[in-house]
Amino acid sequence: MRDIRVAMAQIAPRLGDVEANLETHLEIAGKARAAGCDLVVFPELSLTGYLLADQVPEVALQLDDPRLETLRHASLECDLLVGLVEDAPGHRFHNVAAYFSGGRLIHTHRKLHLPTYGLFQEGREFAAGDRVRHVQTRWGPAGVLVCEDLWHMPCAWLLAQQGAEVIFVLSNGPTRGARPGREITSNAVWRELLQTTAQFQTTWMVYVNRVGCEDGLTFGGGSLLVDPFGRVAHEAPALDEDFAVIEIKDEILRRARTVYPLLRDENIELVQRELERLRRLRYDLPRPADVEG
Amino acid sequence: MTPDGALDLDPRWTVEILQKFIRTELHRTGLRDLVLGLSGGIDSAVSVYLAARAIEPSRIHACLMPYRSSSEDSLSDARAIVDDLGLDAETIDISPMVDGFEQVSHDAGRHRLGNVMARARMTLVFDRSMHHRALVLGTSNKTELLLGYGTLHGDLASALNPIGDLYKTQVRTLAEYLGVPESVRVKPPSADLWPDQTDEADLGFSYAEVDRLLGLLIDARASRATAIEDGFAPDLVDRVTRTITRSQFKRRLPIIAKISMRTIGWDFRYPRDWMT
Repeated sequence: MRDIRVAMAQIAPRLGDVEANLETHLEIAGKARAAGCDLVVFPELSLTGYLLADQVPEVALQLDDPRLETLRHASLECDLLVGLVEDAPGHRFHNVAAYFSGGRLIHTHRKLHLPTYGLFQEGREFAAGDRVRHVQTRWGPAGVLVCEDLWHMPCAWLLAQQGAEVIFVLSNGPTRGARPGREITSNAVWRELLQTTAQFQTTWMVYVNRVGCEDGLTFGGGSLLVDPFGRVAHEAPALDEDFAVIEIKDEILRRARTVYPLLRDENIELVQRELERLRRLRYDLPRPADVEG
Repeated sequence: MTPDGALDLDPRWTVEILQKFIRTELHRTGLRDLVLGLSGGIDSAVSVYLAARAIEPSRIHACLMPYRSSSEDSLSDARAIVDDLGLDAETIDISPMVDGFEQVSHDAGRHRLGNVMARARMTLVFDRSMHHRALVLGTSNKTELLLGYGTLHGDLASALNPIGDLYKTQVRTLAEYLGVPESVRVKPPSADLWPDQTDEADLGFSYAEVDRLLGLLIDARASRATAIEDGFAPDLVDRVTRTITRSQFKRRLPIIAKISMRTIGWDFRYPRDWMT
């Protein structure tokens, strides 16, 4: 990858108001461009807000929707990574992260893991994505995940194996817990998860979380840049809106991958064999026929 | 490691979150003012100290609503809070409202009359909310919500409740952090519906004990057996569990019989912040 400047847009989207959110996006993209950024990253569902419930079909967009033209146009000068609801073929509604660059939509990631437990109801609202693909950007290979995806280790692993050197995580993490010495507990938990993932995959991690309140939920902010050694390179404030410009350098990636050649030493053959075996056991599949001697 | 269900709280971050909650949720409705019933007790005190950090205190309208038999201390404590924060306040004696009720309903005992008082206060607070174009700030804590220790459509009624996810013990932690006057913090909690009433005598256990148990059963989702292993009397565990179950109706809107293809509460699902 080449060195890049990235703007992290820690915003509070307006619930259900795509037009108003589009305006905010363009305004912030202008700011990022003025700051010489290669890319601006928004949180999960940044065009729609989070607690959509029955509003999902109302805010869903087909990816060729003319309303996205302004974002495509803005990406001529500065790439944009935004969160939206996709009205996909067959009218399946996906929670999507969309990467715009050079006037085009070059990559989408459909959220794979839709939390449907505790306070979360996403499995009711959305169709789950079913693929993990990295994206070759103007500046280098990257991967995109949405929130809960990061809690499933294979997602980041698969992206790193495909060559991603930066992994973006767009998030809508609500605050939970405030224990003494543990700040906002959910923010601390995210930080640990991101640092660990960065260390395991030796990738840069860019985490952009939203802020603001919806009904009784307060979103935690605390967006993060973690380097491939697992060190926090930048942390946005908790709870408040923020706009930060960060630098991501290839030299640090190179050093981390020199010191910890984990990617080089990964044994995907081994993983493949063990997965095959697990799959056979789990679904009670027949053993492959013995090879005739 | 923190024990499961521990109730210790970081007051700074809790206050940050609650301030943000009050300000955002108020302003998104297009309103600028809050109204609440200020009893002189610790719960309404903490709610209003939080509110006074979130918005201009002069935009908070406190209703002090004593009844004939209410304790003098309650009123003077409430007045001290009004002065300390610089709130807009009015004092309304609810005795004539309750007397009016008694004229048409002679046989109400003290419990029913206590509910009538709570609903008289609710009537006034909601009336003032229209008058001031203000949202009603709630003052029910998590302990009383779980135990159903409140009057339905009375003190349980509000538009925004900043302390509904804080146990009584945690409300005390915040009270100290927020600088709530000591006289409010140290007196025994009471609904003050009749002379010398105290919550802990009504409930039959202390807040310190029941909060620890609730932290375990509710927050940490521990089993009955674990609670007993942790030293709670089986009788207490069963009684508290029964109390929570039986008061579920107080924590829900009325249930609606499903007839159509799309029913409010079942498949007509929008957050309250819909289109705000």
